Amino acid sequence: MNLHGIRAIYKFEMARTGRTLMQSVLSPVVSTSLYFVVFGSAIGSRITSVEGVSYAAFIIPGLVMLSLLMQSVSNASFGIYFPKFVGTIYEVHSAPLSYLEIITGYVGAAATKAIVVGLIILATARVFVDYSIAHPAVMILFLVMTTVAFSLFGFIIGIWADNFEKLQVVPLMIITPLTFLGGSFYSIHMLPPFWQKVTLFNPVVYLISGFRWSFYGLADVNVGISVAATLVFLALCLTGVWWIFRTGWRLKA
Amino acid sequence: MQTDSTARDAITDPVIEVRDLDKTYEGGFKALKGIDLTVRRGEIFALLGPNGAGKTTLISIICGIVNPGTGTVTVDGHDIIREWRKTRTIIGLVPQELKTDAFETVWNTVRFSRGLFGKAPDDAYLEQLLKDLSLWDKRDAKILMLSGGMKRRVMIAKALSHQPTVLFLDEPTAGVDVELRRDMWAMVRRLRESGVTIILTTHYIEEAEDMADRVGVINKGELIVVEEKTALMQKLGKKQLRLQLHEPLSGLPQALSAYGLELNGKRDEITYTYDTQSERTGITALLRDLAAAGIGFKDLSTRQDTLEQIFVELVKEGA
Repeated sequence: MNLHGIRAIYKFEMARTGRTLMQSVLSPVVSTSLYFVVFGSAIGSRITSVEGVSYAAFIIPGLVMLSLLMQSVSNASFGIYFPKFVGTIYEVHSAPLSYLEIITGYVGAAATKAIVVGLIILATARVFVDYSIAHPAVMILFLVMTTVAFSLFGFIIGIWADNFEKLQVVPLMIITPLTFLGGSFYSIHMLPPFWQKVTLFNPVVYLISGFRWSFYGLADVNVGISVAATLVFLALCLTGVWWIFRTGWRLKA
Repeated sequence: MQTDSTARDAITDPVIEVRDLDKTYEGGFKALKGIDLTVRRGEIFALLGPNGAGKTTLISIICGIVNPGTGTVTVDGHDIIREWRKTRTIIGLVPQELKTDAFETVWNTVRFSRGLFGKAPDDAYLEQLLKDLSLWDKRDAKILMLSGGMKRRVMIAKALSHQPTVLFLDEPTAGVDVELRRDMWAMVRRLRESGVTIILTTHYIEEAEDMADRVGVINKGELIVVEEKTALMQKLGKKQLRLQLHEPLSGLPQALSAYGLELNGKRDEITYTYDTQSERTGITALLRDLAAAGIGFKDLSTRQDTLEQIFVELVKEGA
């Protein structure tokens, strides 16, 4: 096991976050805080509570999840795309690093950054709203599983992308809409019956539902199904990454 | 065609062995065709060839950057596919293009490279390395602030950061000024003296002539010759004797036609091309026959083909 190699990639990626603190950490924290102000205060004054939880507190898991997904995908996709773009990827290919070690370095750093941002957002939320976490261990489990799964997804996007536009397309055109429509700001039980059924095809519903359950014991779908859905997504991403390294798709000639 | 296969048995301490290596890219372009090559431990091996000949593909396969087609490659006795971790640990690569992390500092990028290759941090070694490459003063500078020559030094520092015993230099002096080029070759010599095997490609063939122990010429994916540099120059290089005459000649006498002499435009210089490998060069007989024909000369000189001229001829033959 090339532990020095994993550490080198991890530290390199984390150092990049340090150099781009405004973009990497402050920006998502500020934008999520704005959501708290707009949705929590403005709309929250009209919707007092959802299933016994104040609206401002209700939206916290969804907003954290939105940030986790965006950060995981963006960090991981940029992390692997940039060395491809500037050509420094040759060094990773020529180093004595297994696929698993490369992924551990890049995905580990991307997931760490996303978790740090998520935790900062949770701390920031505390300034605006009083909330509690009913099942902290499950919350941590979802936090880790989601960030790892979506960092893997981001890694695949970074390998697939051959320009900066493609790098942005998936987070902006897919992840954001799915998160907004996945129950970040509402319980899916508030939707008409037909849309409730349609929403169940949105995988993000399961992530938000499970994450919210860990906070308040409230869930749109059974928490076991949420865990299973997250694991399935994780397995799919692992399979995708394994196939990419196996074939060298968009990595090696 | 001369390939390394005939001389294989004579190489007692091989460090790289390439056998029957083929590579066809997607789209059908055949970049390498049945390459057989052995590189000796501790030598400087120059791989020459025109653009697109397959030099970089061959190097990239050995280093693990490009997937091989058929054939086998071993480095220090280890197969590059089955024992990739061992082979990659001992190889260093300076790629042709300047590929660096523009926003990183010199120090961080060199430490990163060392870690990537599985080596524990060794700041004392890296400090000495940067000093040897005249980079120590720039250790805290971001790479994007460096000149092209300095960036090239950074690439070399990165390649040497994990103390490889086999070093590939792919066009290391492309776009590099004379001073840096001189420094670079001095460093290459020092590395060779320390036991590092060096495989280099270069378009500056006079550099290969100056530096290399052996030379391989690759063209259109085929290795057309592998030979000791001096032997190659002796075998394939023409040698010429030039005689400056006392008086211009109106023409060459019939008695000298067997020598294939050339008379220059002013008709005051004769050139005789001979084979250094043959038992008799014919020089003695020529001088005797010139005297018999009453042709006197005031000066004489000899010249031999450069490696560049040999290279051009070889590539032209293969075209």
